Amino acid sequence: MSFQSIKRTALGAALLLIAGSFAFACQSTSSTDASNSDAAEKVYVAPGEHDEFYAFMSGGYSGQLGIYGLPSGRHLKTVPVFSQFGENGYGYSEDTRPLLQTSFGFVPWGDAHHPKVSQTDGVPDGRWLFINENNTPRIARVDLTTFETTEVLEIPNSAGNHASAFVTPNSEYVSAATRFSIPMDEENLQNQDVSIDSYKENFNGTISFIRADKPGEMEVSFQILVPGYDYDLSHAGKGPSDGWSFFTSYNSEEANTMLEKNASRNDKDFIAAVNWRKAEEYANNGECRMVPGEHAHNHVNHDTGLAESEMRDEVCVLNPADNPGMVYFLPTPKSPHGVDVDPTGQYIIAGGKLSTIIPVFAFDKMIDAIERESFAKDIDGIPVLNYNELLHGEVENPGLGPLHTEFDGKGYAYTTAFISSEIVKWDIEKTEVVDRIDTYYSPGHLMIPGGDSQEPFGQYLVALNKITKDRYLPTGPELWHSAQLIDISGDKMKLLLDFPTSGEPHYAQAIPADMIKDKQRKIYDIKTENGNPYKVLNEDETGIERRGNEVHVYMSAIRSHFVPDNIEGIKLGDEVYFHVTNLEQDWDIPHGFAVQGANTAEVLVMPGQTRTLKWTPTKTGVFPFYCTDFCSALHQEMQGYVRVSPEGSDVPLASNAGQERPGSQLLSK
Amino acid sequence: MQWSAPLQSRTRWAVAIAAIALVAVYIFPIWQISLDAPQYPEGLGMEIWVHTVTGENPNDLQNINGLNHYIGMKEIDPDTIPELVYMPWIIAGLMVLGLGVALINRRWALALWATLFLLFAIAGMVDFYIWAYDYGHDLNPEAAIKVPGMSYMPPILGTKQMLNITAGSWPAIGGIIMMLSCAAACGLTAFELFWADTPDQNASDTDTAPSSAPASTDASIDVHPSASSASSSSTSVA
Ligand SMILES: [Cu+2]
Repeated sequence: MSFQSIKRTALGAALLLIAGSFAFACQSTSSTDASNSDAAEKVYVAPGEHDEFYAFMSGGYSGQLGIYGLPSGRHLKTVPVFSQFGENGYGYSEDTRPLLQTSFGFVPWGDAHHPKVSQTDGVPDGRWLFINENNTPRIARVDLTTFETTEVLEIPNSAGNHASAFVTPNSEYVSAATRFSIPMDEENLQNQDVSIDSYKENFNGTISFIRADKPGEMEVSFQILVPGYDYDLSHAGKGPSDGWSFFTSYNSEEANTMLEKNASRNDKDFIAAVNWRKAEEYANNGECRMVPGEHAHNHVNHDTGLAESEMRDEVCVLNPADNPGMVYFLPTPKSPHGVDVDPTGQYIIAGGKLSTIIPVFAFDKMIDAIERESFAKDIDGIPVLNYNELLHGEVENPGLGPLHTEFDGKGYAYTTAFISSEIVKWDIEKTEVVDRIDTYYSPGHLMIPGGDSQEPFGQYLVALNKITKDRYLPTGPELWHSAQLIDISGDKMKLLLDFPTSGEPHYAQAIPADMIKDKQRKIYDIKTENGNPYKVLNEDETGIERRGNEVHVYMSAIRSHFVPDNIEGIKLGDEVYFHVTNLEQDWDIPHGFAVQGANTAEVLVMPGQTRTLKWTPTKTGVFPFYCTDFCSALHQEMQGYVRVSPEGSDVPLASNAGQERPGSQLLSK
Repeated sequence: MQWSAPLQSRTRWAVAIAAIALVAVYIFPIWQISLDAPQYPEGLGMEIWVHTVTGENPNDLQNINGLNHYIGMKEIDPDTIPELVYMPWIIAGLMVLGLGVALINRRWALALWATLFLLFAIAGMVDFYIWAYDYGHDLNPEAAIKVPGMSYMPPILGTKQMLNITAGSWPAIGGIIMMLSCAAACGLTAFELFWADTPDQNASDTDTAPSSAPASTDASIDVHPSASSASSSSTSVA
């Protein structure tokens, strides 16, 4: 056993060196392959034609979500989720700011990782997309009819929300888990002011299940207390394994410093197999402990369109020691990263990033071992199963640094090898490699449309590479990441296209365009779909109102003017709220609003929508405001002025839009 | 020409159908105006109904008005067009008159109806022309876009290029049915007066009109020697 592992490690090290040089050496030949006309034809989407798939790519440290078309690789949109976004005012406007509220206050940046499309019967259904934030543990919901973030839930008693957001087959739950274990007091699980050296004694993690199938009503249904490891990735079971979720962990060494060395010692770490139906039953029966756990729940009010934030202060926690039969540990080689369940729901595949094989566990063997109570040991009430009793097989020679696996639904699995910078295709039943292809460079996740569901759409695979180097025209030291589109419809994988992606796309999802294309919202019906309390239905309703030191401007925008467009009577010390309603009812005619000296951003207002920008003037004078979105031939004329007078000035509050509209006057709403 | 002669039974039926067909005017738009511009791949258009003007899609009218304001064209507001108030009544009147013709069963009545109908149709087109001319020429002098010598009168029938927009104007289902109905009224009148008139001698044919109307006694004396054939036809018609 130890001889084997020494041999493997030696082999691995040797391969690493070879692969390092090989990856660069063979780059030119592969590029030539890709530029053949066959590949060009397969990715060519003629002008005016649409792509076959929507791809949703995490923006990583941009905190956002990138929308791309496949097979063209066109970047269609960036959806802001966890970070403020000057492009449309998300996180700056009064109506979106509450979405970024947390128990730490307003957090304007986030680190998005794993997008996941909601599912029905184990297949993506295109209703919503969930995505997690690592740094301030959060989960967001993006509505796929508007491509807007509509809900954000903070995860309490956790840090580093990495193993998230993975949905159960009917979107009952989205799961989350602690990547960076933290000290928790025994009674209340509160973070503690203790020595970091007391890691082994004080630090713990949690695995959380978040109710996800009711828009606007996400909640942490229950948390499971787990040992202080780093929980890394997850996938829910499906088919026979529906009701279970699998979470990889590393740092079973419980190191708190220099993890690259200290957390790489153990030959095996664990996959935590969680019977969430069992846990749900415990929680529903009230067999959990309610502990304090302050966390924010933010959502866009469906009626008003305004985001709201509320603070919740406790959460239901289950402990495997008190609630048996809920969590089992599957020993897994060498700091596993990804864990993936094949479309049949029978095989559980781990990516041991320092391992030289890919272990394939059989779900029925796991259940059998649990029923026989064949446990090697017990850690904090969690039974540890025996590796060999779970194994369906090991994939030999899978490349170096296997990380993530997706499936084509035809019996094959595709695994990224980070170190050897390749994707290997292997037969799930036989656990044998059948094909491999280089990627440029160092793929993390990979994505096949529907490739982690019960019915993959096959056809394409996208490698999400971490290193870009020379793939595109260089742009200084900072480069976008690189993706490669690979044709997997035949026996041999073929590189079709290379395209840059914004931020650091960790994971991605893709669904056929037809699933959601025709459900896209084009405008908001101003009469029936805009319940914003500050809206105006027409120019006659516009006006200005003072409430103490708050001044509210009820403004309309339509090609090519604002009403009112001259505002006076603002004084230093006032807070001015511009409530801008876009009166257009025509697709793709947004108007923007920006005012000099605002230390927020513009707001971009969709047809029929109302958005509010707060402006606190800091200087006296007359300041222009204007439309930021080139809306019409007379867009440059779409402007106005606001006058700011000194504190205590007697300039009367007034607003108008010239001779034509003297009526836009004082209001007291 | 015998103005007071009764109608042939076929004619009576055709008149009744032509009158009833006018119901279509209340169900379908009469006229449609489409605007094609590069920025509107999904199309933009409006429909003129007997009582209102609407967009082809829910917001098209607002969007057309939005575009028109650049050239200073008056806003198209159905609430300010009086024709849309009395047109439904005129059409209803034409329907009632048409049914009346079938009942009165006299050539003069048919001729009167056809004349009124035709006059109405001509007046309608003239009115449409005046509106179109007015919209196209009575432009706000303050308009943002002023092209010297350019007017924007939409076509009455057919297509016309105006700046970036190709405007098309065509009768819609309701209008087509109304035109067919009007054509039927005129055609039937011509038929009755110029063709059905002469062969009185073979009036024994069963096409002769039913004799249920009180005036029909005169009619049978005038035109149809055989009252029995008339009454037999009335049963077959009933
Ligand atoms: Cu504008």
